This record gives sequence, C-alpha cells and structure tokens, in this order.
Amino acid sequence: MTPAPLTVPKIALRNVHKSFGPKTVLNGIDLEVAKGESLVIIGGSGTGKSVMLKCILGLLTPDTGSIHVDGQETTRLRPREREKQLHKFGMLFQGAALFDSLTVWENVAFGLIQGAHMPRAQAKEIAVAKLGAVGLTPDVAELSPSELSGGMQKRVGLARAIADEPEIIFFDEPTTGLDPIMADVINELIVQCVKDLGATAVTITHDMASARKIADRIAMIYQGRIIWTGPAKDIDHSGHAHVDQFVHGRADGPIQMQIRAL
Amino acid sequence: MGFLAATGRAFLVFLEATGRLALFTGSAVSHCFRPPFYPRQILRQMIDIGYYSLPVVGLTALFTGMVLALQSYSGFSRFQAEGAIATVVVLSVTRELGPVLAGLMVAGRIGAAMAAEIGTMRVTEQIDALSTLSTNPFKYLVAPRLLAGLCMLPLLVVVADIIGVFGGFLVGVYRLDFNASSYINRTWEFLQPLDVISGLVKAAVFGFVISLMGCYHGYHSKGGAQGVGAATTNAVVSASIMLLVTNYLITGLFFSTK
Repeated sequence: MTPAPLTVPKIALRNVHKSFGPKTVLNGIDLEVAKGESLVIIGGSGTGKSVMLKCILGLLTPDTGSIHVDGQETTRLRPREREKQLHKFGMLFQGAALFDSLTVWENVAFGLIQGAHMPRAQAKEIAVAKLGAVGLTPDVAELSPSELSGGMQKRVGLARAIADEPEIIFFDEPTTGLDPIMADVINELIVQCVKDLGATAVTITHDMASARKIADRIAMIYQGRIIWTGPAKDIDHSGHAHVDQFVHGRADGPIQMQIRAL
Repeated sequence: MGFLAATGRAFLVFLEATGRLALFTGSAVSHCFRPPFYPRQILRQMIDIGYYSLPVVGLTALFTGMVLALQSYSGFSRFQAEGAIATVVVLSVTRELGPVLAGLMVAGRIGAAMAAEIGTMRVTEQIDALSTLSTNPFKYLVAPRLLAGLCMLPLLVVVADIIGVFGGFLVGVYRLDFNASSYINRTWEFLQPLDVISGLVKAAVFGFVISLMGCYHGYHSKGGAQGVGAATTNAVVSASIMLLVTNYLITGLFFSTK
C-alpha cells in the first residue's frame, strides 16, 4: 500500500492569536488553503478578517501561533527574507490604495520597477497589457488615480495586484462600495485573473453574491475563530445556525452585533 | 495614591513615546544607508523642500533683516553706537535668526505637508500596499525625506542669510542714510566663518528634525481624517519645540567657551 502523496498546503495557519490591548481579535485561527484554490472568508465587520490577512502578509505579527506559506514558517522571518516572501503575494485593498502621487500605469508597474528593478519602458508595456486584462484602455494609463471612479480604481488595483504574477492573491472586500453591475464585473475579473495565473486566492467579503461567484471553498469567521468551512455549494445547507444567519442576512440569531470597531 | 498613580501613568506614557520615537529614528536612519535607494523620491523631496520653500523663507529673511536694522538703530542711537548696526544685523541673521526663522517656516510648510501626506497614505492603506509590492516604506517614504531635509535646509539658510543681510543693507542705506560701501565693510569686518558655519549646522539639524517629526507623526497616524489632522498638528508643534530646544543646545556647544 502506497502512502497518499504528501501535499503541503499553500498557506496554513495554526492556532493564531492576535490582540490589540485588551481586545482579542484573532482567538485561535486554524485554516489551510490548498495550492490553486480560491477560498472566500465571510464574516461580519470587525470579526478579524483583515487582521488575519495582514498577519499572513507579515504586516502584523501574531501574538502566538504559526503561519506557514509553502511549508515555511513566516511569523519570525528576518526583514530581508520577508521582502523576498512578499514577492509571492499580490493584494487588492479595500479602498484600492492606489498611490495618488503616481499615474495609473506607474501604479500598476510599481512592483515591477521598484521590486523587480525592471526598466521603466518595459514595465510600462506590461502595465498597459495588465490594464487591458482588466478591461481598461491604454489612454487610462496616463491619468492620475483621483480622476477615476471607484470601480475603475478597483480595476487598477486589481491590475497592480496581478502585475508581478504573484502565486497568492488576497482580495480585501473587492466589491464593497460598488454598484451591483460593477461588483459583478469585478467578480468576473477576479475569477478570470486567478484562473489565468493559476494563483491561490483568498478573498474576504461580506457580499454573498461575490462569495458564491469567486469561491471554491468558503470559511466563516466569527469572534476570531473559523467556525465553519466547506465547499461553496454547501453554503446554503451548512446546518450551522451562525452561517445560516449570515448567509440570509437576518438580524435575529446567534450572532450579536459588534459595537466597537477594532 | 491617586495622584501618584496619575503621575506614574503620565511618566510611563512619556517613556513609551520617547522609546517609540527613538526606535523609529534608529530604523529610519539605518535605512538611509542601506540600498535600494530611491533617487527620484529624494529629488522630488529636495525640490519640494528646497525650491518651493524659497519664496516664504526669502520673504521672512528680507523683513527680518530690515526690521533688525530699524530696531537696532532706534536702540543703538541712544548711546551713539549706530556704527555697530551692520555687525549686529549680520551676526544675528547668520547665527540665529536665519536658521531659526527659516526652520520654523519650513516646519510649518513641510512638516505639516509630510505628516498629512504620509498620514493619508497610512489611513488609506497605501503604506501597506507599498509593503505588499516589496517596497520598504522606510526606504521609500521616510529616508528620502530625512535626507532631503538634512541637505536642503542649510542651502535655504545660505539664501536666507544673504537676503537677510541684504534687507538690513536696504534699510541702512536707503532709510537710515548710511554710506553703502562703509555699511558693506562693516558687515564683513567682524564676521567669522564660525558664525556662518554654526548657523548651517543648526539648519542641517533642524531639517532632519522637521522631516523626522513629519514622517513619525504621519506614519503613526490612525483613525481617518481626524487622525491625519491631529498628526499634522503634532508634527508642526513638536518640530517647532524640538527645533527651539536643539537650537539652544547647539548654540551652547558652539559658543560655550567664548
């Protein structure tokens, strides 16, 4: 009998805790993301979704617990190794977080020019191509981010996240603040980009339409813990009261509203 | 007991803030010397601090020099010492008023702008975005500003010195009827290199302090528009106070033996 092939998960979190002062935000997160998988994490505002992503990226250091990326422990990396590891990641921020002192193409090419030290002319060509991949014409490239609408900024943010062809992409509430049509366009683009790159994707959202569209697998976070994970198709019959309440958006149920922000 | 506890708490908060600033400064300075460097960013900051501050610093220096000449005339004429006016103007401007007033004006202009820009980048997650794009925010944002402040303030002060002395000259010659060439001779007569050099050393330190405060408060700002506003105020106030304190310390160092 041959042993089952040992597959190392792309990202693995074990018992991760993080507190800010007296406030516990992550209270023992256990989570695995397989290579090439698209995982969507749902949960209300202030349940620690963003903090978890920032812990994986190393922007925040967890108090206890371990985070492995490609089997390598990342919570105690030295700054230089950390920078190297961040090459694997791309992230689309909630507010797009475009650099407003730079033009659109310089934003998209930022990681190529500063991180990978590519010549500017070559980086611009790639930037324009990536803008094309998210449905933006080359004449947008010379605009400044503040001239764009929210949906267009999200597209540019997406182009910037995929420009360096990362192995792992994080999406932080990609559809928040967009109208339903633009939200669907962004969802389509996310699915397309992740498929084209063969990347591993982790999305945090509270938009169920978006979750259904993007996810292979869904996990729900509540009070700093993962309380349910399962395939996207099972989300409607999870048999879990918390998940049911969230999916159907009901005010009554086991989940009580968080009053204080993080 | 309540009083003791409150005092202790305030002291602990002070120690914590001092430690955090010291760590920030150490980290920022060490990143100034380690590659990658960002020449474009350094150039942009130099132009912002050096070139665009010229009008405000020039005007400040001009009127300060003019007022100095007027004031010292009205004072010195009481004991027939009008001849010392040129010397008083040039010494006051190069040693003290040039660096301090230029520093305070730049603290208002640049310190505030830095805190607001970096603070906004912090609250809109642009600083996190820098990190995810494999760019160290200390190297990309903080180091260029520190270097630019350190280099450009002395240059600004050279300009301020010249314009300030020229302001004194204008008032001396056209208002107080001094002979132009004897005013100029008087200006040079007692001026020593150390007078100018001490002013430029001050300027370099002020430039560093202004940029440091702008970056520090911007980098640690939180909580949206109000947080950025508070960071901007704190940057200007703390830069101004540190500037005045270091001014006294440096003056003490340079001229203690005289």
